[in-house]
Amino acid sequence: MSEIPHLLVHEHADNVGVVVVEGLTKGTDMLCCVTHDNSTFRLTAGADVPIGHKIALKDLGNGDTAIKYGEDIGKIIADIPKGAHVHTHNCKTKRW
Amino acid sequence: MSTKYSNMTVKAYRRENGRVGVRNHVVILPVDDISNAACEAVANNVKGTLAIPHAYGRLQFGEDLELHFRTMIGTGANPNVAAVVVIGIEPGWTKRIADGIRETGKPVAEFSIEQNGDFETIRRASWAAKDFVHKTSEYQREECSISELWVSTKCGESDTTTGLGSCPTVGNMYDKLLPEGITGFFGETSEITGAEHICQKRAINEEVGERWYKMWKAYQDDVIFAHQTDDLSDSQPTKGNIEGGLTTIEEKALGNLEKIGRTSQYIDILEPAEAPKSGNGLYFMDSSSAAAECVTLMAAGGAVIHTFPTGQGNVVGNPIVPVVKITANPRTVRTMSEHVDVDVSGILRREMTIDEAGDALIEMICRTANGRNTAAEALGHREFSMTKLYRSA
Repeated sequence: MSEIPHLLVHEHADNVGVVVVEGLTKGTDMLCCVTHDNSTFRLTAGADVPIGHKIALKDLGNGDTAIKYGEDIGKIIADIPKGAHVHTHNCKTKRW
Repeated sequence: MSTKYSNMTVKAYRRENGRVGVRNHVVILPVDDISNAACEAVANNVKGTLAIPHAYGRLQFGEDLELHFRTMIGTGANPNVAAVVVIGIEPGWTKRIADGIRETGKPVAEFSIEQNGDFETIRRASWAAKDFVHKTSEYQREECSISELWVSTKCGESDTTTGLGSCPTVGNMYDKLLPEGITGFFGETSEITGAEHICQKRAINEEVGERWYKMWKAYQDDVIFAHQTDDLSDSQPTKGNIEGGLTTIEEKALGNLEKIGRTSQYIDILEPAEAPKSGNGLYFMDSSSAAAECVTLMAAGGAVIHTFPTGQGNVVGNPIVPVVKITANPRTVRTMSEHVDVDVSGILRREMTIDEAGDALIEMICRTANGRNTAAEALGHREFSMTKLYRSA
């Protein structure tokens, strides 16, 4: 891959991806890579998001399930537009 | 099937009981907290020895006391330890720990303080420690198969990069070396929450999987739910995890479980600090996810090298076991490089495959076994933290 990806996604079923570069700014045309098969797509960053934090790959609604590794990682607790930051302010564990 | 890993060898210490160690420590081991001062004095008198002070050992009872003995005996019995001087306040428990370590066949001497005082105890123990240093410093490393290593893992200050890079690196190492006959340890019981359905299926058979699930459920019910006062939002995930982008325990657990790779299966379950007895293979140890506690328990179980994936940069070490730090987070590599042994940040840039990262870790395991000091050793990280099950009497 000649260009370094901005966002990595574990599985095709996932609805969130992880920012893997420092200093990502809103409006960046991100190269996104699905690590399962190294396939790529592009997505516009909807916010300044720190390295390691997640971005919604599609519009998510309050009550939806966040999917990463192809698995349930918690419930969405606010409407999140595609490209926006997903973290503790809008996603919560189902366990405790 | 022979692979490129089959013929790998390391230069290590073969102990009296046949186990292979990668360090050659003479340990001055306190039975209890009030014997720490005498142990530290002996270690100060005799260079080349290592005191391991700790906080417990008095008025413990029941299962908690058994765990204390297991941790003390296991630490002394670890093959990275060549000889042990045990010091306790009274002779009863001191003898019990010394005799437990003696079963390995290594040199052990024991001293108790009551009716002697610190001065006399330190004088006698220093002579024994000096004799042990002379004797063990002549021990030679010899060629041993990589299959004879017992390698543990636990991650810390995890973030989303650990699930993408450093944990799969450890998993790839296990997928390659477990078939060659190494013994492996993983654990962190509460941190499997959210991935327990996957972990249960990674048991060698249904019976082991069911025992694993019962143990995991008991931790949930007896530890977490029995003591929780909130939604654990500042504890699991930790503040550092959240800063690194991890949002929920489920997300953290799925990343954590990447450490057992794609094909590895665990063959049995261990109590905290228990040594494996079912032969070569991977074991799950019931353990806290707190870094120093978990590494201490696995070292007491007999692991001689610990592989430690980190995202945000956990700095933990251990007195007797080299802790190899692996990170995929480029910011951590940039800001905390003195703590990093294996940089796999190339995985995030798609410049390095998981297979290449696994090979890089295997190379570092061999170099560490051959004597290379890890970052944690060079920086003097010797965290020794006993797990305590409940209040003392």
